[in-house]
Amino acid sequence: MTVTLFIPCFVDALYPRAGISMVEILERVGHRVVCPEEIACCGQPPFNSGYHAEARTIATPVLEKLADAEAIVIGSGSCGAMVKKFYPELFAGTRHAELAKQVAARTWEFSDFLVSKLGVTDIGAKFPHKVTFHDGCHGLRELGIQKQPRALLANVRELELVEMPEVSCCGFGGTFAAKFPMISTAMGEVKCASAAETGAEYIVSSDSSCLMHIQGLLSRQGKPTKTISLAEVLNAR
Amino acid sequence: MSTFVSEFKTRATEKSGDLRHRQFIRTALRGYEAARDKRKGAFQSWEAARQAAAETKWEAVNHLDTHLEALVAKLEARGTKVHWASTGAQAREIIAKILREKNARCIIKSKAMTSEEIHLNDALEKEGFTVVESDLGEFIVQLRHETPYHIVFPSMHLTRGEIRDLFQKEIGDAPSDSPEDLTMVARRVMRQKYITADVGFTGANFAIAETGMISITENEGNSRLTSALPKTMITLIGIEKVLPRFADLALFLPMLATAGAGQPMTCYNTMYSGPRQPGECDGPEEWHVVLLDNRRTELLADAEQRDSLHCIRCGACLNVCPIFRNVGGHTYGTTYSGPVGAVITPHLRGLQDWKHLSNASSLCGACTEACPVKIDLHHHLLQNRRNASASEPAFFEKLAYQLFGIVANEPKFWSLAKKIGWLTQPLQRAVKGSALDPAKAWTKTRDLPPMPQETFKDWWRNRK
Amino acid sequence: MSERENILGRIREALKVPAPLPGSHGDTSVYTPAKAPVSHAREWLPSVGASMAEQFELFAKNAADLKADFQLLASREELKAALAKIATAEKWSLIASHDGELSNFASRSLGLPVLLTDKGYDVQAMEKCDAGITECDALIAQTGGVAVTSRSAGGRALSVLPPHHVVVARREQLVADLPAAFALLQQKYAPDFPSMISFITGPSRTGDIERILVLGAHGPKKLTILCL
Repeated sequence: MTVTLFIPCFVDALYPRAGISMVEILERVGHRVVCPEEIACCGQPPFNSGYHAEARTIATPVLEKLADAEAIVIGSGSCGAMVKKFYPELFAGTRHAELAKQVAARTWEFSDFLVSKLGVTDIGAKFPHKVTFHDGCHGLRELGIQKQPRALLANVRELELVEMPEVSCCGFGGTFAAKFPMISTAMGEVKCASAAETGAEYIVSSDSSCLMHIQGLLSRQGKPTKTISLAEVLNAR
Repeated sequence: MSTFVSEFKTRATEKSGDLRHRQFIRTALRGYEAARDKRKGAFQSWEAARQAAAETKWEAVNHLDTHLEALVAKLEARGTKVHWASTGAQAREIIAKILREKNARCIIKSKAMTSEEIHLNDALEKEGFTVVESDLGEFIVQLRHETPYHIVFPSMHLTRGEIRDLFQKEIGDAPSDSPEDLTMVARRVMRQKYITADVGFTGANFAIAETGMISITENEGNSRLTSALPKTMITLIGIEKVLPRFADLALFLPMLATAGAGQPMTCYNTMYSGPRQPGECDGPEEWHVVLLDNRRTELLADAEQRDSLHCIRCGACLNVCPIFRNVGGHTYGTTYSGPVGAVITPHLRGLQDWKHLSNASSLCGACTEACPVKIDLHHHLLQNRRNASASEPAFFEKLAYQLFGIVANEPKFWSLAKKIGWLTQPLQRAVKGSALDPAKAWTKTRDLPPMPQETFKDWWRNRK
Repeated sequence: MSERENILGRIREALKVPAPLPGSHGDTSVYTPAKAPVSHAREWLPSVGASMAEQFELFAKNAADLKADFQLLASREELKAALAKIATAEKWSLIASHDGELSNFASRSLGLPVLLTDKGYDVQAMEKCDAGITECDALIAQTGGVAVTSRSAGGRALSVLPPHHVVVARREQLVADLPAAFALLQQKYAPDFPSMISFITGPSRTGDIERILVLGAHGPKKLTILCL
């Protein structure tokens, strides 16, 4: 099938390798990938701060560009939640209400698409490292993404997965990270300590925004733990 | 910026940097989590129970007028005096008037968050009444002239050493810092107060419409004693606490205990249907029940968020909230803290003054997952943000999003913005973390990721 | 207009707008809430065995977890002996109780002065009592707790003021779970309920200091359930 891959703004600008990995993986499992060049952002930042009109301004071209897509895959849990869970609410009562529901119904987060839609859990990856997995909250609680990444990691050769002792928010939270930096940092420190308890070399996540925040703290603290997107791990050979 | 928000940020900064406090609270809550998970696991279906509880509370709140009328009719039929208070001030006056009429001097209280909400103790003390908090945690924070730290565990922020020092200073009696010894000090202090108090005051967890009862949940037995010995009993209850049927308690009591404290059942769950009845040998001669609105009807009128009135005040959302765990209960600066407090305080105290509580969240959703009555807590935070921005948009923030909108979906502008970002990276690194850094909110504690020269869109375009 | 009318008026006005369906979280899928869903509570609460033997075993286990002393006794002689053993060990000199067939048997068996509450009592005198002996309305297997009322257990204070609460019960009083307990109480008393009904689940406790469990915060430090 033709998969329309929407690479969100910060993945595009800051973590292109995550996006590139997704393209390569989807092609390897036999699908044609298109990446619409005209759209860059799902509109979550204004939506999260309560500015719905501004969010719609950003999201409307996204909706229109995705209107005819056969299957839409989004390269991040939080942006996936925005399109799948919040677009219907954002566009309720507007002329795009129905389209928003339809696009939402055809949207998947990347790991969910592989496992739940395509039934693929083994992409022939090899990543000989000890890793721990961070569940981004939007993916986890809005989209129910938890088993899918682990099903994929289970088939990555020579990878050892150690779970963190607790599930907790990394503290990024979008604009929250800038508006309440002290709380955001404290939450991130708790997450980093939790990851350190596992002894993992890498923290893996489906959400690059979480990783941006966690890596930012690790680097500032001079910690050796590295962060990497799930897609890059799955694309490693 | 209102003073509430700047005070919140100051306290939040102080507390999130207080590693000892953070660790202490984490340890306390880890124990709770383990117990809670065990109790949830004992349910044959915790999720089915949650849905039933959500439906029961929906039924109660969406027919609130009918249920309140039934409740009050039954209470009054058996001699209870029922009062209706639209505001906290009215409730305070009703209670003070009862105390004056009874020539009361001393009022012994069991735990009631509604009484914190209306600042009852201060008002009564100013009038010269002696107010004694009998719940151990409330007794402790009363001695410290502090508000409760948590709606269920008022003194969870204090170490045994701090409590011992407090008792030594305020009571002159603290044999050691063992929790057992300290608890026995409080027990000794309270004995005669139960027996000699003129008035007993309680809050309530549920009000049963079908049978005209008030249900009170506690572990210590202080509320039982407060309701047994004084001649006059006063109960303050929010109007939303109604449940339709007596049998509903069979579900709600174990769920409250499980979610709230990781217990299968709280020690004393007591239903009162009137003052002392003919043939009974003890109990208050008079029982006054004060029904409190205090802007709950405004929350009721917000249909989208009406389910926040389903709250059974179990505290589960506080316990799982990463914000609560890092800043603590006092940082919120208001009676109800944690996620439920962040949702309802803007309604009960003013949206613009308190919207920052709804903003101070990463929207992780742990609260919604934990809530035994399935309140859509984290989405309500988003809705509060929407309502706040709609009625009073922040000029520069709105402008920034408008500009971002222009840039994001116009490929030429988006490419240009990325190029500028990449080129100015060395400049940013030079001022990183300092007052000159536009990204200092981030860079004070975190590094920014390096921007690659080739972005994803560049790679995609070059591929073709 | 009274505050009652003000408040009820605001409620009725507010309820004109319907709220989203319970637990739906803005999901538009439609379903009908079950009528009195709590009638199914038995299916979701912790499971309880079907037989009396299983239920007593569960009650005993729960009571032990709560640090309540539960003893299943074969005869009145055994009950008398069990009570005497406690009284001696704890050096009781004065006890409180109420007029009931089983509670009278128990309180008289000790040969100690007994304060009976039924016709009124002096609270300071009760405060000097070492123990309060009461009957109960039910033992609940699911929780390891007992249900008492102000009518069947000698008033409101007797089961909570003395430092040791002894419940004397009969095997037939065991019910499986909370739904059964509430049904029993409703059937037994409605509409003329005792002014106080209390579910007592273990001795008094608190965790308010560093979340460390301490028994006997204000209510009884000890709870003994002697079941014939």
